Amino acid sequence: MSAPVLSGLLQDEPPRFPAFQVCGLAGTSFKHEHLAAILHEGRQRGFFEVHAENYMGSGGPPHRALEAIRCRRPLSIHGVCMSIGGPGPLDKAHLARFRSLVERYEPALVSEHLAWSTHKTTYFNDLLPMPYTEATLDRVCDHINQVQDAIWRPLLLENPSTYLAFRDSTMRETDFIRRVTERTGCGLLLDINNVFVSATNHGFSALEYLSEFPLARVGEIHLAGHAEQADDEGDRLLIDSHDGPVADAVWQLYEIVVARCGPIPTLVEWDSKIPRWPVLKAEAAAAQVILDRHHQDVHDAAA
Amino acid sequence: MLPRDQESLSYTAFSVALLDPEQPIPSVVAGPEGKASAKRYSVYRNNVTAGLIEALAEVYPAVQRLTGVEFFRAMARFHIRAMPPTSPLLFEYGRDLPAFIESYEYAQGLPWLADVARIERAWLDAYHAADVVPLSAEALVAISPDRLADTMFVVHPATRIVRSRFAAVTIFAANRNEGAGGQIDAGTPEDALITRPIDDVVVRHLPQGGAVFFQSLISGQSLGEAAALALESSASFDIATNIAGMIQAGVFTAVTRGAV
Repeated sequence: MSAPVLSGLLQDEPPRFPAFQVCGLAGTSFKHEHLAAILHEGRQRGFFEVHAENYMGSGGPPHRALEAIRCRRPLSIHGVCMSIGGPGPLDKAHLARFRSLVERYEPALVSEHLAWSTHKTTYFNDLLPMPYTEATLDRVCDHINQVQDAIWRPLLLENPSTYLAFRDSTMRETDFIRRVTERTGCGLLLDINNVFVSATNHGFSALEYLSEFPLARVGEIHLAGHAEQADDEGDRLLIDSHDGPVADAVWQLYEIVVARCGPIPTLVEWDSKIPRWPVLKAEAAAAQVILDRHHQDVHDAAA
Repeated sequence: MLPRDQESLSYTAFSVALLDPEQPIPSVVAGPEGKASAKRYSVYRNNVTAGLIEALAEVYPAVQRLTGVEFFRAMARFHIRAMPPTSPLLFEYGRDLPAFIESYEYAQGLPWLADVARIERAWLDAYHAADVVPLSAEALVAISPDRLADTMFVVHPATRIVRSRFAAVTIFAANRNEGAGGQIDAGTPEDALITRPIDDVVVRHLPQGGAVFFQSLISGQSLGEAAALALESSASFDIATNIAGMIQAGVFTAVTRGAV
């Protein structure tokens, strides 16, 4: 890289990015191994989502890659470890890093999880399930307000996938989520694979869950692959593994949601056993076909 | 206050068994309609441990290649249980692994392993370090000769030095990527200089006296003082070679005295 290019990259003022719209688009997780292929294909539709924590280093190649992506496509920043559902206070340093990242990259979408990952001093690196009670509702709302105050915009909160439930929960997940959105004004990230995984694991109906979910608040949809194991009784236990293509049953639920809600920005997550770029791109293209069909429906209805 | 305490206890009960296989499955959680929770809870246990082992393997790929996957995973599991992460930034995790390796019973036959780990840890720190343009050759040439000895330098945020009693740089280089490893005389001491002049992290084997020279400059001593200390440590220390290497590697970002 020549010196003038370098000095352009290393200027003090953060670069300003185009204000892309994400409405009606499908996208994928952004993985560094796909960067060259993505840059090579030039102008394309679609957006990218990154895990916020991977870009919380001070500098270096991760930021060069993210700048390159953000210059070309809409970006979604997806936090994984804020521990919004945790019993302790939010990590102030982590919240400050999250805010800086949102300020720096001006993403089209910003989201986090209804889960916890830190307890006392230990970070467990997993999205853990939480009890749904009046006390946890108060604290989740307090945490979301803190995040929204920091980033100056509504956060999209993602519904979890779980394998177990807390005995002391006093309300259903959909009621809990509805009350969180009402009290904090946050939006929702509806992960349809999580709905299917949890429905299978807990023996409830995914369609019923969706009918109780505050769909009007959904600003983004996640689709992903899951793996299959067995529980203690030998019944199917689904694992939210993000390591394969989206399951047919999840595509069917997705069609139903898009038909009901219109073309909500949709992201295909793939975080493990990452395939070559054309494979991941094809998953997003399949979602885009469904979005475009319903985009047309919306236009036809308006005409 | 009671509900809040109770609920905090639920989280504690859930988390204590995550990293401790001796602990029973927590009774605060259950499967649906009276189903057992053992396999369900194991999903979380596996996610936590496997995820953290994977995080360490990503920081220390050469160490894993040197020990083999099974050895590495077993060592990582001990380490995770002894020192779980405290930060959600996993690229910060595993700073204690080199010291852990030194005290790890089964790694005593690999005395150079901890220093290879130190180079890998430095590599990742350099990778994520802040973006700063390194000091140019022109800036150095512009210093008047009579002020050169008094010149002091500002270290680049990516710069790290790892000194080893073993051939840690050669062993690192031979095992960081896939490829055939030749015979290495592990007993030859080697010092590593780790920098990131632009986007690529570079690990160099420093010549004799180089580590003392750069460590002195990094600690704030002048060029004259650092050169004297380096010569004292090694008679073969060559200042011209080291200054050329320092510019090429981007060890520093600016001069603080002598330039005006």
